[in-house]
Amino acid sequence: MAEILVLAEHRNGELREITLQMLSKAAELCQKHSLELSVVVLGAQTEGLVPILAERAKRVIVYHDERLKNFNVDLYKETLADLIGERKPLLTLIGHTPWGMDLAPALAIKTGFPLATDCVDILLDAGKPKVVRQIYSGKIYTRVAFKESPSYLITMRGGAFSAEKTVSFQAEIVKHELPASLPALRKEFVEFQETSKGAVDICQAEMLVSIGRGVGEAEKVGILQDLAKSMGCVLSCSRPVVDKNWLPKCHQVGTSGKSVKPKVYLALGISGAFQHVAGISGAGTVIAVNKDKKAPIFRVADYGVVGDLFQVVEALKSKLGK
Amino acid sequence: MNIIVCVKNVPFTQEVDLALDGSKRDIRKEMLAYVINEWDNYAIEEAIRLKEQFNGNVTAVTLGKEADEEVLRRCLAMGADQAVRIEPGALQADAFMTAAILATALKTMPHDLVLTGVQTDDLNHGMVGTLIAERLGLAHAAVVNSLKPADNKARITIELEGGQDEVAMIHLPALLTIQTGINEPRYVSIMGIRKAAKKELKVIKVEELGVSADDLVPRTIIEEMYLPPETEGAEMLQGDAAAVADEIIRIIKEKGVSL
Repeated sequence: MAEILVLAEHRNGELREITLQMLSKAAELCQKHSLELSVVVLGAQTEGLVPILAERAKRVIVYHDERLKNFNVDLYKETLADLIGERKPLLTLIGHTPWGMDLAPALAIKTGFPLATDCVDILLDAGKPKVVRQIYSGKIYTRVAFKESPSYLITMRGGAFSAEKTVSFQAEIVKHELPASLPALRKEFVEFQETSKGAVDICQAEMLVSIGRGVGEAEKVGILQDLAKSMGCVLSCSRPVVDKNWLPKCHQVGTSGKSVKPKVYLALGISGAFQHVAGISGAGTVIAVNKDKKAPIFRVADYGVVGDLFQVVEALKSKLGK
Repeated sequence: MNIIVCVKNVPFTQEVDLALDGSKRDIRKEMLAYVINEWDNYAIEEAIRLKEQFNGNVTAVTLGKEADEEVLRRCLAMGADQAVRIEPGALQADAFMTAAILATALKTMPHDLVLTGVQTDDLNHGMVGTLIAERLGLAHAAVVNSLKPADNKARITIELEGGQDEVAMIHLPALLTIQTGINEPRYVSIMGIRKAAKKELKVIKVEELGVSADDLVPRTIIEEMYLPPETEGAEMLQGDAAAVADEIIRIIKEKGVSL
């Protein structure tokens, strides 16, 4: 029976959410199209991961080896290319994460199977996969087909699917050994570093005034800081603001920053890239002000204002000052 | 140290309404301004900083039409030593073909380090860099946000999700895909671009490279592009700034936040 194979991603002994999201989508596809669901996990501490995975797939393939203590693309590539070459799953799903982005293209070259990246949906049309991707910063969607192949590789965008368990499994656990000959490693893990430490805690805030690229220049950040102060709340921001050094990293909301859950999130000049939106899924009410009426932020906001954020900010300040 | 940076000229789409062309497989591009892909701007800046610190040579490479030479002139003005444009002719390259073509061109160019952006603003595949690395047999890492060469290695940090970085040592030669924010790209003036006009910009046609026929077959086919499905979306607040501000304050208070 044809198979969908999901690669489990984990860090510091914990499964990454993307793993469960992929398993959820894969289970749905398997049920609908009579496919078998397998998940493969590589690591040196897989004991805690296997029981969770066993409830989510028909088969858990385990590579448990001290050499797999850290993610290493050379090792993962050799091991998984062997596995995929042997099993030829119809689909192999990998997270579109920094590690997945390093690994999936390497597997595509090694196996010769076609790859589509950063997919937000997967369709099976008469046994042939097609994917949906978002391009041009989410302003355009595209449906993509593959060159015919016995097996296809897909990386999936985090947050595109719920992680919820919809189908229950009791998996068969299959232990595999690493291939006998492994390449010399060309990358050595040193350590993990926390990047978001700082004086400001945006995670506990009841309300956030959050700023994006639309603020325009560093000199104007002070105006927004004043607004946040007069509202008695904390200032947060999207990635471009940190990239441009307008605010330190501890203010950043999103996949590479922090997830926040304020009662109210006032997004000023934030376009709403998916990496940012993923960080505000826990927010109560989102109010967005943006010049671009097509900005993706308006698709997730509860309330929207199309216009110049500074006019709105000045009006807010004068009303709060009274 | 020889550094090659792969760059791309992409349409600028922030605060721009996009429309589909007649084929529904592409967007209408004739009215759009083009800019250097944001990630590539950080990659070329990083290469030039390394050159300034350690000496060496920086080459900017693009696969693109004559109009895309603009992006190479910009790289030259920033401090690249020479530039190469690969002319695709009538070829419509997907990410796989783009990587095959670039890798073939890079084979004959000396390199200790190859830098690309993590992804492009337009089709955001995020795979071309790593595909090139694999074809050239280079060590590689994706989403790199700091880079310090040391002997025949480089100490890098990889930006993982959730506020954690991975610190690693990578052996050179290597290809790294560069994340935004790794540096502050320098300003490029019109004067600077004029001055750099004397620097070498070589044009190679794809057919001169000798890329194998199989590598010029796309692995993915865009069947259709479409505008995002209509959702309910936000309730839009109407009126002048004062009216909107009143509404915002009312909503904030209604949600239980005291101002």
